[in-house]
Amino acid sequence: MKVSSPQFKEKSVIALADPRLRQALGQSRKGFVNKRAELVGELPEFEQLRDEARDLKNHVLDNLDHYLERYEAAVTAAGGHVHWARDAEEARSIILNICQRVNAKTITKGKSMVSEEIGLNEALEAKGYTVVETDLGEYIIQLAHEPPSHIIAPAIHKTKEQVSELFETAHGGPRKSTVADLVTEARLVLRDKYFQADVGITGGNFLVAETGSSIIVTNEGNGDLTQTLAKVHIVTSGIERIVPTLEDVALFLRILARSATGQETETYTTLSTGPRRPDDVDGPEEYHVVLVDNGRSKMLGGKFQDMLRCIRCGACMNHCPVYGAIGGHAYGWVYPGPMGAVLTPLFVGLDATYDLPNACTLNGRCESVCPVRIPLPELLRELRHMQYQQGIRPPGEQRALGAWRFVAERPRLYQFANRLAARVLKGLGGRTGRIGSLPFASAWTDSRDMPAPEGKTFLELWQAKPR
Amino acid sequence: MPEARKAILGQIRSAIGRDALADAAAAALDARRPTHTRIAFEDALVERFIARFTSRSGTVERVASLLDVPAAVEAYRQQHGLPARAAIARPLAGLPWPADFAHHPGPAGKDEVLSVTACLAAIAEMGSLMLASGPDSPTTLNFVPDHHLIVLHETQIVRHFEDAWAILRACPGGMPRATNIVSGPSRTGDIELTIQLGAHGPRSVHVILVR
Ligand code: SF4
Repeated sequence: MKVSSPQFKEKSVIALADPRLRQALGQSRKGFVNKRAELVGELPEFEQLRDEARDLKNHVLDNLDHYLERYEAAVTAAGGHVHWARDAEEARSIILNICQRVNAKTITKGKSMVSEEIGLNEALEAKGYTVVETDLGEYIIQLAHEPPSHIIAPAIHKTKEQVSELFETAHGGPRKSTVADLVTEARLVLRDKYFQADVGITGGNFLVAETGSSIIVTNEGNGDLTQTLAKVHIVTSGIERIVPTLEDVALFLRILARSATGQETETYTTLSTGPRRPDDVDGPEEYHVVLVDNGRSKMLGGKFQDMLRCIRCGACMNHCPVYGAIGGHAYGWVYPGPMGAVLTPLFVGLDATYDLPNACTLNGRCESVCPVRIPLPELLRELRHMQYQQGIRPPGEQRALGAWRFVAERPRLYQFANRLAARVLKGLGGRTGRIGSLPFASAWTDSRDMPAPEGKTFLELWQAKPR
Repeated sequence: MPEARKAILGQIRSAIGRDALADAAAAALDARRPTHTRIAFEDALVERFIARFTSRSGTVERVASLLDVPAAVEAYRQQHGLPARAAIARPLAGLPWPADFAHHPGPAGKDEVLSVTACLAAIAEMGSLMLASGPDSPTTLNFVPDHHLIVLHETQIVRHFEDAWAILRACPGGMPRATNIVSGPSRTGDIELTIQLGAHGPRSVHVILVR
């Protein structure tokens, strides 16, 4: 996936100016946060489980080579194939080769952040394959030609009305207006795709070394239909997703859904072990796992090793005030929020991602909810330190000018930014100045609880003036 | 790609700062059987299972014996206005089904609306069912039809995931190809976090609990 993190500030301004985005984000995130708090409160063992999950992940990372080899042997014994990919390109070419060999036409996909990370859809589409995302959220953003804005709720930034519009355009009318009708419409459209699919690609929440199983944890059942009905099932997963035994899986199943969606459990937890057996009447004929490194092994043994414990639950972004104000797209790559602000610079480079580690108030909420106790604020501080050491500076006058031009060319945005600036500055007792010095640097992180608007822009005063 | 494998394992080892584990160390890791904290609860297994499973819109009905299952299925079918046709997993095919009831053992095709299956176990801690694929239990029965009816015996309910794993490990053919842990009907919150049942899998998951 293309990196647009350098435009973080511009994208943040756009996000802040988008009332529909703010509406969508506000409602949804509150739900996640409240439900998590409720469930965690009911579970006296929760803090203990977090300690154990952290320790287990550390144990896996200390012995990652061993568990990967064990896992590979177990997958092979079950009749599956393991492929190793050093980087995104290698991962894509492994998958493209399989699709080509089996003469695939239609490819269905369950939700997989690794597949976003390696830019899989673009690569498959460029070769002429029909790629259908089947997770409802992923399907919505595929129709909108947008990247996900949240790792477990990819279309969290979309309102129901926007989904209605997208579906009406894609499926033809009549336009549906209730969530129930929209879900049913997607269900019917996608049902045909599962049965047509030659290849089904899913992610893997956990890879079990003991049994050679890949595990997906989902609510919709789309991943299961994807992997059961296609002729070939391909799992894409990061090398760090290994767990040693089924007992260790139980530990994660007790904290994952509670942390992620604030559910006791997701609806479906499925363990896949190899392809269809000789007497089976359904299931994929081939089963492949692509183990993706893509920079992970380089994080081992260093200052950022803790980040490899991440189980991609999304709790850190659900609780992040910055993410809550601007949404996921501003982060400019695959992973948003606090975990993305750490991972993106590590994966795509410190240079292009200057703003990400700095777009953090170090309030510590992310760390306080992370189920594997990743010290996210500390890692972000470490990244800032590295930026400083390497002489990577905030984008200077050039950038300020660029940002100003960007905003100035968009009249509604310009007016919004001006209003925002006027108000913020009034609150600060300052004087209005160049747009390039506004409203970020210090003020933007507070935009969620903006002071009551008292300051007015010239344009507003002009428009309000009785004529 | 053998070079990629070698390079990744090599990079991991150099990052960790050691060579491949010696046999003894590897064997110690393989023998590791961790005991993690389990969720404590005092309710009886049956009550816990029912309470947790129904909290996510799953439904449970209790019958006295396996022979009561066809009548329960028939009542469910009529109540939901479904045609007299179902995919019924082979182990249940020998029950006294009504004469006009057309059934087949699967797999489930695109238009299948009702399936009736057995299961391997149920797990009380969060109220989940565990189903394993096999020639007599096709996975499509668990995901394609709108209505999935599952026959569960009270004695099949275990306490924790760990107890269910013991059952999996004892499966005659080793790990089943697909093990589905199902905790209710399919759902989505992907549009404005509004929970909607029946996203892609069954809209309704109904347990017939046999005493
Ligand atoms: S960093 Fe922690 S809270 Fe954030 S997604 Fe990863 S595991 Fe979840």
